[in-house]
Amino acid sequence: MHYADNVDYPRLLSRPSIYGPGLAILFGVLLYAQAGATSLGQALAGLLGLADGSPLAANLVMALAVTAVVAINVAVVMRLSLKHQVYAVWAELAVLVLLFFYSFDLSFEFIQRKIGFLLTQGLVTTLYVSAISIMIASILAMIGAVAKLSSNGIALGIANFYTSLFRGLPLLMQIYMIYLGLPQLGYVINAVPAGILALSLCYGAYMTEIFRAGIESIPKGQWEASRALGLKPKDTLTRIILPQAMRIIVPPTGNQFIAMLKDSSLVSVVGVWELMYLARTQGQTEFRHVEMMITASLIYWILSIVLELIQARIERRFNKAQTR
Amino acid sequence: MIQKQKLSLVEAPPEPVGAVPAVQIKSLSKWYGGFQALKDVDLTIARGEKLVICGPSGSGKSTLIRTINALESFQEGRIIVDGIELTRKPEAVEAVRKKVGMVFQQFNLFPHLTVLENCTLALRLVRGVSQKEADERALHYLGKVRIPEQAHKYASQLSGGQQQRVAIARALSMQPDIMLFDEPTSALDPEMVKEVLDTMTQLAGEGMTMAVVTHEMGFARQVADRVVFMDRGEIVEQGSPSEFFSNPKEPRARAFLSQILH
Repeated sequence: MHYADNVDYPRLLSRPSIYGPGLAILFGVLLYAQAGATSLGQALAGLLGLADGSPLAANLVMALAVTAVVAINVAVVMRLSLKHQVYAVWAELAVLVLLFFYSFDLSFEFIQRKIGFLLTQGLVTTLYVSAISIMIASILAMIGAVAKLSSNGIALGIANFYTSLFRGLPLLMQIYMIYLGLPQLGYVINAVPAGILALSLCYGAYMTEIFRAGIESIPKGQWEASRALGLKPKDTLTRIILPQAMRIIVPPTGNQFIAMLKDSSLVSVVGVWELMYLARTQGQTEFRHVEMMITASLIYWILSIVLELIQARIERRFNKAQTR
Repeated sequence: MIQKQKLSLVEAPPEPVGAVPAVQIKSLSKWYGGFQALKDVDLTIARGEKLVICGPSGSGKSTLIRTINALESFQEGRIIVDGIELTRKPEAVEAVRKKVGMVFQQFNLFPHLTVLENCTLALRLVRGVSQKEADERALHYLGKVRIPEQAHKYASQLSGGQQQRVAIARALSMQPDIMLFDEPTSALDPEMVKEVLDTMTQLAGEGMTMAVVTHEMGFARQVADRVVFMDRGEIVEQGSPSEFFSNPKEPRARAFLSQILH
């Protein structure tokens, strides 16, 4: 825990008043949701020779079985150390998600045939569109935040209008407006630059607010000490304020990066061959939509995990000196 | 020192012959909206003078010394630091801040930098001193405040008293002519007040011009050449410490001293 108290409260799940009713509620929900009608429920009923019996019997057996598994699982996991609890729960949930996907009766032969193209064309496009957009968005956000904190009316006006417009319009609309609207002004723009521009502008607007809040969170005394020493405004910002503000800025910015990674799929509407576009079109040819969608989803997930790990690293770096 | 003669009420002390005063404040007024924080303040600080400014909270004493290095603005009057007229022009403010060092109540050390980096950053960026020379100079002053061994720690690893001494060393590293102290011991635990006051006393002994806002009357008695008492934005009374503490003339000063000295 972030800042645990020094009291050994009885653990939530070890309290009979929570554990018992919790299992009872799970049992009730499973019963109500007709757990026996699921494929797993049918298989279990068949095994016990209840396949031709009443649905109620199958429901009861299935609900009981699942509740028992959960009860034993919780009892076992509770005995592990904190670190191992996290690993165990993570692994179990991941297996459940994968089992859920597996239950769709996927054609792995098809996935194997298509994944190469999905990676070399789709993933690569997604990665470079996202990476370039993230870089431009960060620069826009920095400029926007400084403008919002300045006493320059023109800069303030532009920054306010920018964040209002680009946070206010749907991203899909922005992509269309840039791709289809700019040619109206006589400037024809390709699909990829249009997508990158829309993503940068939209996420730059969100991140402007994050950067502004981060800068504002630094106490006034830091500005004063820096000014009293004679540092110029530029040095005060880049050497004193921003390095401290990064601690506040990094976690929500990591969020934005992950969100942008997935929102980059929206540029498929203007025909950019990124991951989601290929997943859709490749799936269509052989009516294997689900295979491609699940493959693409898992690729996005893995990318997000990588970003999460990078974010954790950066956070550790900026937290180094600051236990206060 | 120069300012040992008796001084009459509210009148600026006579200027030493042949020397520009360290700070001249003339008819200074400041408003926060409709509230007047400083009312027509006149104050001259001579070179090498140790000035203690006291008064109840909200009396404008912090505001006054913060105007000297332009951390606070003012609407009327003039401030002249070492012959430089303080305006809002970048050159004027830069020139004044080069002459003036400041120590804050909350230390305001830079938490993302080590103690040594706290002391060298401005030297390198503002004065263009090389890294090596800046390190040497910073270590010299860290030695003077008796914490050279903490140079590579971060501020959060030091006690309050140590942090404030680092803040003093950081200001001294810039080799200012005038040092401003804004309640330097008010945020400290009682047992750490002395180590900071000792450092300031030592600095005073070396002839630094100092303006100190403080409630430490023992320090004022021992070190100050002159005590200025402020209330409601104006200088009510000033004089030598012996005069001010033994025989305050103004009722407001008497009331303040009876509260603070018990």
